Amino acid sequence: MSKLPVTLPDPAALTEESKPFWEGLAAGQLRLQRCDDCAEVIWYPRGLCPHCGSVALAWFTASGQGTVYSFTVVRRTGGPFGAAVPYMVGYVELAEGPRVLTNIVDCDPGQVGIGQPVQCVFDYDEGGRALLRFRPVT
Amino acid sequence: MTAIRGAARIAGVYEHPGRHLPGTSLPQIHAEVALGALADAGLTLSDVDAYFCAGDAPGFGAISMAEYLGLRLRHLDSTESGGSSYLMHLGHAAAAIAAGQCRVALITLGGKPRTGGAPPGGSMNDSRAPEYAFETPFGAPTVAQYALAAQRHMYEFGTTSAQLAEIKVAASLHAQHNPHALLPRPVTLEEVLDSPMISDPLHRLDCCVVTDGGGALVVVSPDVARSLDRTSVTLLGQGESVKYAGGRIDLTYTGAVWSGPAAFEQAGLKPADIGYASIYDSFTITVLQCLEDLGFCEKGQGGPFVAEGNLRAPDGLLPFNTDGGGLCNNHPGNRGGMTKVIEAVRQLRAEAHPAVQVADCRFALAHGSGGSLGTRAGAATVILGREDV
Repeated sequence: MSKLPVTLPDPAALTEESKPFWEGLAAGQLRLQRCDDCAEVIWYPRGLCPHCGSVALAWFTASGQGTVYSFTVVRRTGGPFGAAVPYMVGYVELAEGPRVLTNIVDCDPGQVGIGQPVQCVFDYDEGGRALLRFRPVT
Repeated sequence: MTAIRGAARIAGVYEHPGRHLPGTSLPQIHAEVALGALADAGLTLSDVDAYFCAGDAPGFGAISMAEYLGLRLRHLDSTESGGSSYLMHLGHAAAAIAAGQCRVALITLGGKPRTGGAPPGGSMNDSRAPEYAFETPFGAPTVAQYALAAQRHMYEFGTTSAQLAEIKVAASLHAQHNPHALLPRPVTLEEVLDSPMISDPLHRLDCCVVTDGGGALVVVSPDVARSLDRTSVTLLGQGESVKYAGGRIDLTYTGAVWSGPAAFEQAGLKPADIGYASIYDSFTITVLQCLEDLGFCEKGQGGPFVAEGNLRAPDGLLPFNTDGGGLCNNHPGNRGGMTKVIEAVRQLRAEAHPAVQVADCRFALAHGSGGSLGTRAGAATVILGREDV
């Protein structure tokens, strides 16, 4: 568990098409969509393939492994994250291809560099819903 | 060449002198800049037959503002692309003028982020946006999203914090000549590097200012321009684009890779022809990447290009943001595109401060970005020519 706020979007703000993703996180699985027509793994979850326009998308369980594509250490900010500084925001390139915006957690900010291997963690809120974050692996 | 080249001229511009306007309402800021730009052109509200505004306009966009200003319109456009909106409006206004749909187009911007209160309408914080649930929970403020781009650019090309800092130093050297600049004091490279880290690798002085204020442009047909006493500036080319993450984000380039070449092709010009450039400078990294993407240097060479002092007016290879830019002068409504066009017009009219006026400035470029460099952003480029070229 990280020490960052776990503030999930209001369920009303979640699209119907992305529900399997959120249900997967709650169950401890990273679920992604692959296009049946062009074979691209898409991000973020939605109802059509942005690479070819196909609506033939299939969910699968991803490895949860990736590497850091870029990162920053947020040292000053307002709002609910204001008390959590310094913390890391990064893009993780998943083993399956997509690059996702996330937090790098369970490490000292600044110890992580681009190319660092990471593994997903599921950060749960009190209601059992989860956010997708990542921690370094050696 | 296309129909846009030479189809419209900028006959009036106005930058609100205020930087903190708690006693002026948002619609009134729009009104003050509208009146200022029309007076600059030698026109009045009754001459306006087209109106353009973006998400910073309160209420029902152009419809609310048309009523407030008392405009009688036959063309309106509320294209919203953040800070790049006003450069998109310029191209759209030229196309509308070329099509005979209007003759005098007014474009306004107003904002009060320094006073605070509700942010402008728009979109980036709309929970119904499809990307919202996948990005908002991670506490990535705007500066962090630009920092991610800076970090990756450093990794791939060896760009340094000192190179980024030179962009701020150059802007501050220009701002000292602007009596309205929020930050008129020149800063040193060391001051930038020693300022507090906000989001690695961006320091406080890598970030633009937060100001109230606004600006306006009056765009007219060539025949209207010829009837006016005021010197006008010709729109030679305009390009616009949108870049998004698309699941495979590449943080090392911006939408300027598309908007720039489109504008240059229309204008029949190349980067070496440009005597002055206004580049939206939300953060230092924004300028660096756009310089590369617009073709002023090779991709990845933005760091050495700026470190050589090329951005410093009046004698650098490519003097930029001679008003002090968003980094030092003004960033009304958190939207930098409008002031970029206004300073480019000053340069082409030879009305910039003498200390930063580019000699014999014939062609100028203005570029705006809107949104987040790290995730999704609009980009718009305009190329302007002096009245006699």
